[in-house]
Amino acid sequence: MSSPLLDVQNLRVSFPSPKGPVEVVKGISFTLGRERLGIVGESGSGKSMTGRSILKLIRSPGKVTADRMTFDGIDLLSQSEKQMRAIRGARISMVMQDPKFSLNPVMTVGEQIAEALVTHAKLPRREINDRVLSMLEAVRINDPARVAKLYPHEVSGGMGQRVMIAMMLIPEPDLLIADEPTSALDVSVQAQVLDIIDDLVVTKGMGLILISHDLNLVSHYCDRILVMNSGQVVEECIASELSQAKHPYTRGLLAAMPRIDETRDELPVLDRTAWAGT
Amino acid sequence: MANTRDWLLDDSPTSLLQANLGRSYRVTLALLRNPLAVVGAIIIFGLIIAAVFAPWIAPYSPIGQNLSQRLLPPSAEHWMGTDELGRDIYSRVIYGSQITLTIVLLVAVIAAPLGLMVGAISGYFGGWVDRVLMGVTDVFLSMPKLILALAFVAALGPGINNAIIAIAITTWPSYARIARAETMTIRNAEFISAVQLQGASPLRIILRHVLPLCTSSMIIRVTLDMAGIILTAAGLGFLGLGAQPPLPEWGAMISRGRSFILDQWWVATMPGFAIIIVSLGFCFLGDGLRDVLDPKQGEGK
Amino acid sequence: MSAISLSDLDISYGETQVTHGITLDVAEGESFALVGESGSGKSTVLRAIAGLAPDWTGKISVLGKARSHGVDRQVSRQCQMVFQDPYGSLHPRKTIDAILSEPLAIHGLGNRGPRVEAMLAAVGLDRRFRFRFPHQLSGGQRQRVAIARALMLEPKVMLLDEPTSALDVSVQAEILNLLKRLRREQGLTYLVVTHNLPVVAFLCDRLAVMRHGRVVEIASAEQLKTGKLVAPYSLELLAASGAQVVPT
Repeated sequence: MSSPLLDVQNLRVSFPSPKGPVEVVKGISFTLGRERLGIVGESGSGKSMTGRSILKLIRSPGKVTADRMTFDGIDLLSQSEKQMRAIRGARISMVMQDPKFSLNPVMTVGEQIAEALVTHAKLPRREINDRVLSMLEAVRINDPARVAKLYPHEVSGGMGQRVMIAMMLIPEPDLLIADEPTSALDVSVQAQVLDIIDDLVVTKGMGLILISHDLNLVSHYCDRILVMNSGQVVEECIASELSQAKHPYTRGLLAAMPRIDETRDELPVLDRTAWAGT
Repeated sequence: MANTRDWLLDDSPTSLLQANLGRSYRVTLALLRNPLAVVGAIIIFGLIIAAVFAPWIAPYSPIGQNLSQRLLPPSAEHWMGTDELGRDIYSRVIYGSQITLTIVLLVAVIAAPLGLMVGAISGYFGGWVDRVLMGVTDVFLSMPKLILALAFVAALGPGINNAIIAIAITTWPSYARIARAETMTIRNAEFISAVQLQGASPLRIILRHVLPLCTSSMIIRVTLDMAGIILTAAGLGFLGLGAQPPLPEWGAMISRGRSFILDQWWVATMPGFAIIIVSLGFCFLGDGLRDVLDPKQGEGK
Repeated sequence: MSAISLSDLDISYGETQVTHGITLDVAEGESFALVGESGSGKSTVLRAIAGLAPDWTGKISVLGKARSHGVDRQVSRQCQMVFQDPYGSLHPRKTIDAILSEPLAIHGLGNRGPRVEAMLAAVGLDRRFRFRFPHQLSGGQRQRVAIARALMLEPKVMLLDEPTSALDVSVQAEILNLLKRLRREQGLTYLVVTHNLPVVAFLCDRLAVMRHGRVVEIASAEQLKTGKLVAPYSLELLAASGAQVVPT
């Protein structure tokens, strides 16, 4: 990890409000190599905004500033919207929460995956077709030729999310940002989808940013974890050492989760005043 | 002043009154930030002032004839000139605002609640109730408004009351359609299921839980429709089926001025301006209200 | 007397039959969970008991009395429901006060102001929330209001449809504690629908695992905690949530 794939220093995102600008991300810094980074936090912690600002997907009037935000030597802050379009998808991809809203309802699954590929590379039709099918196979869809001809409403939630992943990974990006990729799915399907992401990321040597509210899930699928609370990183740790987390917020979150072998009569509740201001 | 403002904008109101006033205040503030809505509101306010204080504002009687002063052009004495019977057009336009306001208000008072109830009942119950009510609605919707109004007035006889009834009959179906569509989306919401589970009767649910959510889109729609209502009323007046002479109804005034349009242009033009300005006022206000009240935009947060 | 008793319950939505021969008994004062994945029919069972899914055959009794198919004013005094989405279950244009007074008004109960204040206190909400609108509250606070509304008629049986799955972990803990405390204090019976097995372990005494509209296993919470479920599908579910437990 000589020069990092992604280097973010002092990232801030703010939105104007009648009472002056409100910062939702308050100066966070991190670097990412070809590894799996988890960002966890509760709603309103700024985790999704962090993911979106890397792709410059924050809509006006939101404002993104940073001391440095480079991706593979490219300064993302100075890229024009047109240059960003060339980077999005081709070099950095993003998987969103709900496949129902991210897939175009009037195009077949196969066409959409093909489109993701054609936008970034000119290839003969035959090869496109082959690559779409092999990509669908890679996301463990049993009958790719049949599924490619289906429309989004004809596939289940889990399969839809796998199609999204296929679409995002077919241009072979260097970095995948997955924002709550499985929160809309059933528990058993969740594991399947994450295993697929994990497998592809590891075999292709990509970087992964997994954004989630679920501490267990992130600790299971990532190498490193950033814990965010109200726009700031409160703790950074190695995933396997999450259970020894030091910060009271992280410890509070871990303790607040019921366990399958629960014996406590009452769950400890976060005292939100304890670290306000840190 | 500052105290009142703080009281209105308090995040933790201590009474229902304060909570409701606070919300209205927020809506008003949002409305005031929209310049076109302010222009619209001023025009409507002007219309109301003109109607209420007509006897004091108008310099002459609206029906007093003075044949020696026929068809005079606008001057310091007669700001908008006089018509073919020597009546002051400015005074007639001012008094005409009473008629226009009456028509608009009565139509709104008759058509909006009728449309709301029919639509809400139809949307809430669905099934055969919906099919019957919407069938009736569609019959009314399928006919052109003015023609339908004409038919009614022709049957009931010309006159301003019949014109109001005719216009109300032609406007409610579109309100029913909107209310039905809104009700159908609200009906399956969990907060409606929750009151159903509490044992509320369908009537109570419709009146107290469904209708309050339809009203804001209805207010917007009615305000935007006002322009159309004014034009239909003027159209009926123009055809001689609305207000009867010598009532100073704007449409009828245009109709009378038609014969002199080339030589004495002011006779038809002045009431025409009044119609256009008031219609525009309602449109601006309606647009502004839509931006502020549309529930899809999160109620002025 | 059992609080809820279902026998041979087949529920349909239009042409499709969602559940097949559901039979179970929830004892009075018990907390019982229905678990399963989406499409297993667990929420539909809850809606049928509440009266919101009237198209069923079989038998449903609440506190020993067979219930009719639609919503029933008598049942509404005994049995109330809390919905999953705290954003969709509160009327957006009504104050918290109006939302909580409504059930009292429907049943012609007086003394509304003090009752509302007492209930707000019982669910841990400050009285300054009383005249706020739902959009001025956070998700957890809204869910407290929804629980308060369900309790206004002092029911004995509460139907909870994924009461915490739309909430953050820390807020979930607060709501779970609240539900547990309320049940202890008021001797309530809970029927909880959830997909989250750790929540079952914390809140419930027994559970029924559902799949494709059928109950595949009824087990005690003890069996769940020690991993001694029997049906293969139950074990599959357990593995899927167990795989995410942090090794400590």
